[in-house]
Amino acid sequence: MSHIIACHECDMLHKVKHIERGAARCLRCSAVLYESKKNSINRASALTLTALILFIPANLFPFLSLTIEGQENRTTLLTGIKALYLQGMPELAFLVFLTVIAVPLFQITGLLYIFTALRFKVLPSFPVLFRYILCTRTWGMMEIFFLGILVSVVKLAGMAKIIPGPALYSFFLLIFAVTAAFASIDDRSVWERFDLK
Amino acid sequence: MKSLLPITASDASMVSCHSCSLLFLNKGIHRLNMANMKCHRCGAILHERKQNSLNRTVALLVAAFIFYIPANVLPVMTVTSFGREQADTIMSGVIHLVVTGMWPPAIVVFIASIIVPVMKLLILTFLVISVKKKSNWRPLERTYLYRMTEISGRWSMIDIFVITILIALVDMGSMATVEAESGALFFAAVVIITMFAAMSFDPRLIWDGAGKNAEPRGIIEENLYPLEKE
Ligand SMILES: [Zn+2]
Ligand SMILES: [Zn+2]
Repeated sequence: MSHIIACHECDMLHKVKHIERGAARCLRCSAVLYESKKNSINRASALTLTALILFIPANLFPFLSLTIEGQENRTTLLTGIKALYLQGMPELAFLVFLTVIAVPLFQITGLLYIFTALRFKVLPSFPVLFRYILCTRTWGMMEIFFLGILVSVVKLAGMAKIIPGPALYSFFLLIFAVTAAFASIDDRSVWERFDLK
Repeated sequence: MKSLLPITASDASMVSCHSCSLLFLNKGIHRLNMANMKCHRCGAILHERKQNSLNRTVALLVAAFIFYIPANVLPVMTVTSFGREQADTIMSGVIHLVVTGMWPPAIVVFIASIIVPVMKLLILTFLVISVKKKSNWRPLERTYLYRMTEISGRWSMIDIFVITILIALVDMGSMATVEAESGALFFAAVVIITMFAAMSFDPRLIWDGAGKNAEPRGIIEENLYPLEKE
């Protein structure tokens, strides 16, 4: 029954029509039913590969350094998580690790695998994996963390000298790549590709 | 006379997979054993509506309301600089930004940490009550409210991330240190629990009870699935 679709927010049935571009919206609640995206899988694969490469410097190098009276302190993503753990807040450390490192890494590598598997018929293409990636979408919070960095910089600006590190730039590009990758995925056509396999 | 009432998957005895939108017929010989029927495309368990949606949302909302108090009363971090200690709550952190004239971050943090959690709790409570009372009041606007809570909720995590960054960065021994306090734990719990509450609420319940208001505005009939309502 792939020629009809039920709106996921109000359950109303619609006929699926070919649309040249843009999104088909539900007639009564205006939720996006399906979208037409040109060259979706190719663009999304290129962007997730870029994201995977950027993920390494973003996590390895310091993103900020702070200097007070000649004493310098640098932080990477992991030092913040370690500091939370050492201060007796393992739950928070785990939450930050999950939302800023683990979930984004899972989404990036998972998508990259799926796109490769859909292209080369020999690999098994685990549709369950795609489902998990879609339902963990709200739990990847790199862009919120980035806004957190900016707020921290402003908070400390008066009391110390703050220098942005190399990871800050890769982090910014990484967020851009991940957001663009998700935006270029057309869920419906990916699911149909699974059907064809 | 032909009824203009829109036909839903549920009216047509169909179930739509919540994950991949594949439709399943649920009548006659195709009747699904709804206990643990899985979508054959993506493996998600099929439900006509999210299971036990209202009760789960209410339970999570109650938990969030309880944690909301310590999250706002207890300090979330302590800043020690040159022997002077200063404990900050979520609110005093915002006030501090306002007093020092740092408007852009003050507005961002005020919206993300104070407005969003309160609005989310109130909107979800209102939605649950309206669905329980089978209200037919403005289903479209209520769906918009739901969408707002779904999208905005995660941004409240910004304060937790600021604390994480500050404790790592300001670690200067006797000169300056920042320590996370238990309020941060409660605040994170409120954010996570309300995110789960929004996820367990099923917006389709709004439309199920909307009666005559469930008609689409500016109907374009040819786009609808042609099924006569019995
Ligand atoms: Zn709809
Ligand atoms: Zn499915």
